[in-house]
Amino acid sequence: MMAAYVEIDQVSKRFGDFVAVDNVSLQVERGEIFCLLGASGCGKTTLLRLLAGFETPSSGRLLIDGQDLAAVPPYQRPVNMMFQSYALFPHMSVERNVAFGLEQERLGKAQIRRRVGEILEIVKMAPYLKRKPHQLSGGQRQRVALARALVKRPKLLLLDEPLGALDRKLREHTQFELINIQQQLGVTFVVVTHDQEEAMTLASRIGVMNHGQIVQIGAPRQIYEFPATRFVADFIGSVNLFDGRMIEDEPDYVRVQCADLPASVLVDHGISAAPDAPLWVAVRPEKINLSREAPSAADNWARGVIHEIAYLGDLSVFLVRLESGRDVRATLANSTRKPEEQFSREMPVYLSWDASSPVIGST
Amino acid sequence: MLEPLRNFWQRLRLQRFARTAVTSVPMLWLLLFFLVPFLIVLKISFSEAVLAMPPYAPLLAWTQERVLSIQLHLANYHFLFSDALYLDSFLYSVKVAAVSTLLCLLLGYPMALGITRASPALRNLLLMLVILPFWTSFLLRVYAWIGLLKDDGLINNLLLSVHLITQPIPMVASPFAVYVGIVYSYLPFMVLPLYSNLEKHDRSLLEAAADLGAAPWKVFVRVTWPLSVPGVVAGALLVFIPAVGEYVIPSLLGPSNQLMIGRVLSDEFFENRDWPVASAVAIVILIMLLGPIVLFQRYRSRELEAAP
Repeated sequence: MMAAYVEIDQVSKRFGDFVAVDNVSLQVERGEIFCLLGASGCGKTTLLRLLAGFETPSSGRLLIDGQDLAAVPPYQRPVNMMFQSYALFPHMSVERNVAFGLEQERLGKAQIRRRVGEILEIVKMAPYLKRKPHQLSGGQRQRVALARALVKRPKLLLLDEPLGALDRKLREHTQFELINIQQQLGVTFVVVTHDQEEAMTLASRIGVMNHGQIVQIGAPRQIYEFPATRFVADFIGSVNLFDGRMIEDEPDYVRVQCADLPASVLVDHGISAAPDAPLWVAVRPEKINLSREAPSAADNWARGVIHEIAYLGDLSVFLVRLESGRDVRATLANSTRKPEEQFSREMPVYLSWDASSPVIGST
Repeated sequence: MLEPLRNFWQRLRLQRFARTAVTSVPMLWLLLFFLVPFLIVLKISFSEAVLAMPPYAPLLAWTQERVLSIQLHLANYHFLFSDALYLDSFLYSVKVAAVSTLLCLLLGYPMALGITRASPALRNLLLMLVILPFWTSFLLRVYAWIGLLKDDGLINNLLLSVHLITQPIPMVASPFAVYVGIVYSYLPFMVLPLYSNLEKHDRSLLEAAADLGAAPWKVFVRVTWPLSVPGVVAGALLVFIPAVGEYVIPSLLGPSNQLMIGRVLSDEFFENRDWPVASAVAIVILIMLLGPIVLFQRYRSRELEAAP
């Protein structure tokens, strides 16, 4: 088996009694964008700082391209980092900031100038060569920080919340640009973010972290559609979670009974669990249909009253209060102009979903 | 139609009044306790010394023909530049102040940097220790140095007792003692502005420099030092300016043959009772120090501007 490009092997980091990174193992392939996704304090930034060399692991090994990083100080690692605050040197112009890393490599003046020019061209900051960081907008600073980290042609680029400081519109635009630049240069990216939308757009694979551990690694679609644990299901996107028990376990389907739902939940892709084992059932809001007539199927439906409607433009979110008192979230795409005439508050409705929609799990 | 405009105008005037009221308090203070005394000193410096009470001739006088006559005596200034004593002691003062400032910087920079890198609890303790000497009288602390430095003082006795020396080293009444006294007394004025500058540095800048391949000493040269220059300038001027006019330390610890300008000034006032010449000395010191003070203000305003 070929060794992975970046190998994190059973790495732990403890600060006193606090375990920031708990026995994490993962591999990143050459040229991919790997996202570490998690809430603040889950250890994702610490993991990034371990790779950069600002922290030393309490145990475990870090390898890049076969090289063990243990004895390599940060200033000799083939790794560069784009900081969340960008950390641009305030006393240097854009040009000097970007040239800083190359000057440390003792390259010739002409070569430095050429490479700085090239990279600034790529991030579209060439006209701002002589500006100081405080004369730039947030988006421009982000580009300079990216250029400064990329100009050294690192084997691995670490990005700490790369788009966190940008406003929404600019963020969406920059996401795609970041992917473009990454593909253009072929540098391996490890991105830390708490924003799942950002992770979904950027990443080829996502590692979801919680309490210092990697909970699930997978492609964005896999993480969203097949969350491995209750935490991942709840953390990624919005979801309706029900507690239930297995009542039927067949090779091609399972049937689960949930206290909050009047009908049983039929799932056509199953897991095997002991009968009567406590399970969780997750149904995404966009996979729930609303109707005023009772559905014909015996499974996968519920009844309730529309409690709240939030119109978001592209979507409308409905909160439906079930007879058990539980609120269930359902979203409808506003593909026609006036969907609200169809459903209004205090209206009794039926909820239903496809047998392929729910995800069930035991942890 | 005009109502909102009028309201706006009134609010603007109210704001302007409030602003004037707030700034006028310190302005009035400076006017009363700085500008007026300064003008008095300036006036005296242009008058003629006489044996009288006060010991100078009035600048303005009514002649018998009821004409107001102003007599400006430039002789005092001319005298300052004709007698080598004044120029010598002035240059000597500048030299002592400059060397002391450099020594304070060499000692104070590592101290300030060390404090910013210490853990928060230790940092407060260290800052306390820097400020602690101010709780004792300045005069007392300078006197204490005589006890340490004199021939049968603590340091000589210690060195004698361990047989490192056979004769006490004469240290009091020497330029060395003056440097010790000034560096010791003014070190906090170097450390505190440096600390307040260094403490504001974004730690991620240092990490970024290291990440981009700069070894620790290179990080210092390329990032920490250039960003701390405003703090260095502030500290240096806070030491240099008062050190030039320092009177107490050279009087107590310094040699009697080499006088600093502060001592010359005080001698003119109290020994010679030549108020006009003393005032002229004061004015010349002020003008000479104006350069560094303006420099200080410029750096401070630049630092304030650069702060996000």
